[in-house]
Parts: sequence; structure tokens; C-alpha cells
Amino acid sequence: MGTVINIAPITRIEGHAKIAIHLDDQGNVRDTFLHIQSLRGFEKFVEGRPAEEIPRIVTRICGICPWMHHLAANKAVDAAFGVTPPPAGHLLREICQLFAHITDKILHFFFLAAPDFILGPDADYSVRNVMGIVKAEPELAARVVKMRQLGQMMLERLAGKAIHPVAGVVGGFSRPMLEAERQELLRDAETLLDFSCYALDFAKDTVFTRYKDVISELGAITTGFLGTVDRDDGSLRLYDGRQRLMKADSSCIDFEGDRYADHIGEHVEPWSYGKMPYAKSWQEGFSLDPAAPAGIYRSNTLARINVCEKISTPKAQAELEEFRGVFGRPAQQTLLYHYTRLIELIYVCERAVELLQREDVTDTRIRAAAEPRAGRGVGIVEAPRGTLIHDYTTDSNGCITKANLIVGTTHNIGPMNMSVRRAATSLIKGGVYDAGLLNKVEMAVRAYDP
Amino acid sequence: MADKIKVGFLLLGGCAGCEMSVVDLSEKLVDALEHIEIVFWAPTVADVKYNDLESMEDKTIDVAFIDGMVRLDEHIHMAKVMRKKAKTLIAFGVCAALGGTAGLGSLHTKEDLFQKAFKNTPTTDNPDGIYPQPSCLVDGKYDLTLPAYEDKVRTLNQIVDVDYYIGGCPPHHSHVGAAIGALVSGQLPAKGSWITNGKAVCDVCTRNPAKQGGNLARTMVDKVLRTVDGTPDADTCLLQQGYICFGPITQGDCGGSCLNVNIPCRGCGGPIPGNEDYGAQALSTIGSILKDDTVTAQLMEKYPNLAKFFYRYALPSGTLPKRM
Repeated sequence: MGTVINIAPITRIEGHAKIAIHLDDQGNVRDTFLHIQSLRGFEKFVEGRPAEEIPRIVTRICGICPWMHHLAANKAVDAAFGVTPPPAGHLLREICQLFAHITDKILHFFFLAAPDFILGPDADYSVRNVMGIVKAEPELAARVVKMRQLGQMMLERLAGKAIHPVAGVVGGFSRPMLEAERQELLRDAETLLDFSCYALDFAKDTVFTRYKDVISELGAITTGFLGTVDRDDGSLRLYDGRQRLMKADSSCIDFEGDRYADHIGEHVEPWSYGKMPYAKSWQEGFSLDPAAPAGIYRSNTLARINVCEKISTPKAQAELEEFRGVFGRPAQQTLLYHYTRLIELIYVCERAVELLQREDVTDTRIRAAAEPRAGRGVGIVEAPRGTLIHDYTTDSNGCITKANLIVGTTHNIGPMNMSVRRAATSLIKGGVYDAGLLNKVEMAVRAYDP
Repeated sequence: MADKIKVGFLLLGGCAGCEMSVVDLSEKLVDALEHIEIVFWAPTVADVKYNDLESMEDKTIDVAFIDGMVRLDEHIHMAKVMRKKAKTLIAFGVCAALGGTAGLGSLHTKEDLFQKAFKNTPTTDNPDGIYPQPSCLVDGKYDLTLPAYEDKVRTLNQIVDVDYYIGGCPPHHSHVGAAIGALVSGQLPAKGSWITNGKAVCDVCTRNPAKQGGNLARTMVDKVLRTVDGTPDADTCLLQQGYICFGPITQGDCGGSCLNVNIPCRGCGGPIPGNEDYGAQALSTIGSILKDDTVTAQLMEKYPNLAKFFYRYALPSGTLPKRM
């Protein structure tokens, strides 16, 4: 048995995981494993709960993207109870989702991933974090901190609780938006839109050019992609749409969300508490071999940017065209997740401004009457880290009898394993490695999942 | 300048919502970095690893915050490590303090949880019935390990001595700010206490009849409604409308944030100091204000499995579920 290098825990990510890198006798990488170290049992313990309580229970799956679980669960329970929220109910939910995407992307790129780029992958690990950026780049840090806080406070003003929200209810939303609130939120969303354009320019100037080689090579793999697109024109959608599964050769299958189980299977390994989804409908089985992957697709920003035909807002569309001109479609380089994350940041800000300009957003008809009943509902939204699927079955009292959840990050567990293996194999030769080099292996994970 | 206070954050079996509440302090946190030095914040925010923490001298961290519940043997180990390294240890948020939402997993066996997650969902493809294992040999050459899964969820104080408790899921950022302020100025309550403003959710709720100059006489609840039953009036006490709300027995450091958007409290703030068993207290208080047996029967029918209702955030800390 050769040496095993453990990275425990992987840090600056959302969740719990470790990496084990197995070396051969020459000190070269034989294989690597990314072990997911969390199982709480939500699918089991939500059984028996009144379904309308579920959207405020499953939020606890993730403290970084609780809004996504809240909304996917609300949509699923709407469907199980056969209720359609009024337009303003949907608008208020979507606006909250957009605000949450804004703060998540700022957090992911600037607070969690950027220390690797701004301080450098080899920087002293004890300061290679957001507190280190506060010291090294105080002006940038001050602006970034302020913008994220602005987004969180917009959520708090509109929905009461920003983390582990409660304002989405079966049939709609729990409170209307007042006209004065609309005007204030619109001004704030415009501020965030300005910032989002600055953020992408900053990243293009100081990150993507400087780390061009790292971006083109680190953890690069070839896979398919999953995302959500508009039912009519195939444009990028986050709150609602049709699912699109794209193969690496860019051929696509589109399907309605409630058919998800026809297309996605979840593979189990004894060395991880996380299952690994794969494209069952491709009928090629499951393999994580980076040279010949089978059934492997990715989700999250790079996937959404790859599967969409276009983006419905002008600034983000211009960025999409520039991106495709350089990297093609589908783009495969793993670190481009960061680039596409910032394109999406512009989109969510533009979309928030667009929705907040609509006068019907203050309509007080926000909640349709619902009655508990036996049924089944699938609710899907695009979470920052991927397509989020909630599927509930209820009894005649409207209580949960069955639940199936596929969480955004989960789609990428297989691909993250492959990217880690690619990164480790190219970086570690002849048993030579140091802390900075191991951090580069972690950077392959952080592209997907802080 | 005096030495900075050394602070550590460790996430066990939680969702990182508590960490996000710290991040929500935003400019206040940046300013606080004048007085505090965060020497450990894993896995969420900083890169100092578990073995680095193990290598630190004992008692080098002045104040450690641990969030999340305890489910894996690794959680037990890391909680013990952090206890050794920290002079003061805070159970931060309702998971560490009482077990939290995922504590409901303790109402099922480990086998039930595994069977559901790894065999019985419609998308799971597991013909060989494989479960995650603490150790396994893959391809005849890779010895792989995972933290072992304990039979029950435990609270932090069931593993190590805890000095202070902070409720909330997550604690509101203003509450976190006040707690850090108290730490910096050394104005902390007696050891073993909750750090709280001492008010119930009802005390901070604008619907409280006492605040509206209304009738202070105790009104019995004459019907039980689920939140899907109609739309509650936005100004009237939810309990008085029949919507079960845990405001009377829950710490109100949240400012009533759910009530403010017309949604009843489910108890994430933790018990009013003096109450050891949140669920038992909730059952007793709510039970005592239901008008008669018909209303009690209605509660049982509307909310089957009362343990999951009243112990929504507190099951592993409760004495009742262990005896039933």
C-alpha cells in the first residue's frame, strides 16, 4: 500500500467532505476519493408532517441556500394540493429567489473562492480567507461586504427572515409588498446591478486573465450538463421552466420536471454518505473514469450557461455572447464555473430590477386558498449550486407519506470526484507536494461548491 | 493595545446557517476584527484544518462557538478537541443547544434512515443494497474510511461541558452581535446560562393583546387550525385565531421575525430560561390553553405525531421522548 494524503476537512465549502489521495510506490496518484460526510435523514423524518410545514423544515438542509429549498418545497406542495398561486404570489417568491442568488454568488466568489485568486493559491493558509482579504484589500472587501449585506437586508425587509425563511406559503406568499417597499427595493437592486457589472469586470481583469492556465487545466473534465430553460424560447430560467439535459456533444433532451425520475438515477458507493446522480436516460450506465465517464453530467452555473439558448436580459446576454465566443458551447473547463457565476450575477440583478419595475408586484392577491388532500407534487428551482428537486406524496389529511430530494450540489458529487482526480494527478508527481499544491486540489472543488 | 480575543468556529452536523448569521454581521464583523482574531473557522470559512486544531496548545482559543448537532463519531471527536482548546465553549444555535431540526432523525432507527436514503427513493439505483461504511476496501487496494454513524442525534452538552447557550435557527445576526459584544466586554451571565434578552417571542410580538391595549384576561383557544387553513389576520394573536404558535414558551431574541410576516413560531429560539425540556413545556402550555377535549382532539387530528410538532427543534434534549 502506498501513501494516502488526506485533506480533512475540505474548507471554504458548503457542507462536509474530505479528500483522500492514494499514491503508488513512485509517489504518483493512483486514485482519489471525495468523501461526503453528512446524512441527516430529511427524506425519512419529514414523513407524517403536514405538508404545508415542509417548506419551513427542509430549509435546514442548507444554511447557505435555504431559500431554494423553501421555494422548491412550496412549489411541490402547491402541486400536491392542486393549488396555483396568484401572479403576485409567484412574483414575490421569484424576487426572493433572485435576492438570495445575488447574496449567494457574492459569498461564493468573493468570500469563499476569491482568497485563492486574490491572495494566491500558495498564500499562508492561516490568512488565506476573507479576513485576509479584509487586511490585504480593504477597499474591495468593504464594498463586497456592503453589497452582500444589502442583499441580505433586502430579503429581511421583504420576508422577515433571510436565513431559513418562512414567508413562502402553500398557494403563494405570506405578505404583500408595499409600494414604498417596492421603490426602495428597486433602488437597491439597481445598486446591486451596478456592482454586478463591476464584479465581472474586476474578475476578468484580475482573475481570469492572471490565472488563465489554471482555469484551462485545473480539474478539467468532459461531461454533460443539466439546467432549466424557458419553455418557449430556451432562455435561462431559475424559478420555473423545463429541464434540459445536454450531452457533451451538445445534443439535448428537454423534459418537464415531474418526469425527472425517468432521466436521473442516483448511484450509491460505500465510501460516501452522498449519492451520485447520473443520466439514466442516456442508457450508458455510471462511470467516474475521467477518460471515459458514463452518465456523468454537471449542474450549477456552468451547466445553466451551457444549456440555455440565450439570456433574457441585455447585459447578461452580451456577456454570454462574449463568453461563448471564447470558450464555445458547451464550455467544459471546471474553473469557468466562477466566470459563469458572475455572468449569472448580472442576470439575477437585471431580472430583479425588471420584476421590481412591474406594478403588479404590489398586488395584494398573493395567496390562493388551499386544502390538504392526497396527491403528489414535484417542485424544481435552480439553486445556486444546481437543479434542486423536491418530490412529495401526501395522504388524505395532507401529511407527507413519501419524500424524495435531489439537492443541487448532489448532481456534482460525481463530477467533483473526477475533477479532484484530474487535479491531483496533474499536480502531484514523484511524491512531491506541499500545502499550496493541495490547496489547488481543493480549488477544483471550490469551483463547484463553496 | 490589549491582545485580541482568540475566537474559533466549528461546524458539526449543521447546515452553516449559524455561520451565515455571523457573516451577516457584515461591517460590524469587520470592525470587530479590531478586537477579535478568528483563529479557526472550519469547514465553512477558513483553511485551518482539523489536525491544525489538534496541534494547538490547550486553552489557546478564548471563545469557541460550536454549531450543529452531533451525529457522527467525528463530531464527538472534534467537539472534545475543541473543548480542550477553548477556555469558553458556546453551544451556538439550536442544533448544538437542543439538537435542532435534524434531531427529529432520532425518532427513526439508523436502519430506517439508511434504507430510505440509500434504497427506497424512486431515483436510487442500488441493486446490491450498498450502504456507506466506516471502512471499506475498494478494488481490492484502496482502504477507505468514513466517520461512523451514531444511533441517535445528540446535543453538544451530552458530549462535553458547555459554558453558554445561544438559541435560534439560526440566531438572528443582531443577537449574535450582542453576544459577541458581551464577550468582548466580558459581561457574560453565570456559566451554564443561555445568552438571551430574557424575553419570550410573545413579549416582542406586536400582536400581543397586552400591547394593543386589549383584554389581558386569558382567552382559551376554541379551535385548532393548520397554517393551510385560510389566511390569518395580520394583526391579531395567532393563537387566539387558532393557529398554534410557540411564542409563549420560546426565547424572543429573533424579534418575532416569523410573526412579522404572519407565520406562527415553531420554537427555534429555545426555551425560556428555567425550562429544561422544551417539548414537554410546549405540550403543557399549549395543552392548558385549549378550551376543551374537542379542541384537544382537533389538535391531535390536525398535527399527527405530536412529538415531531412540539420537539421540532429540541428532540435530542428532551426527556419525554426517551421515556415514551
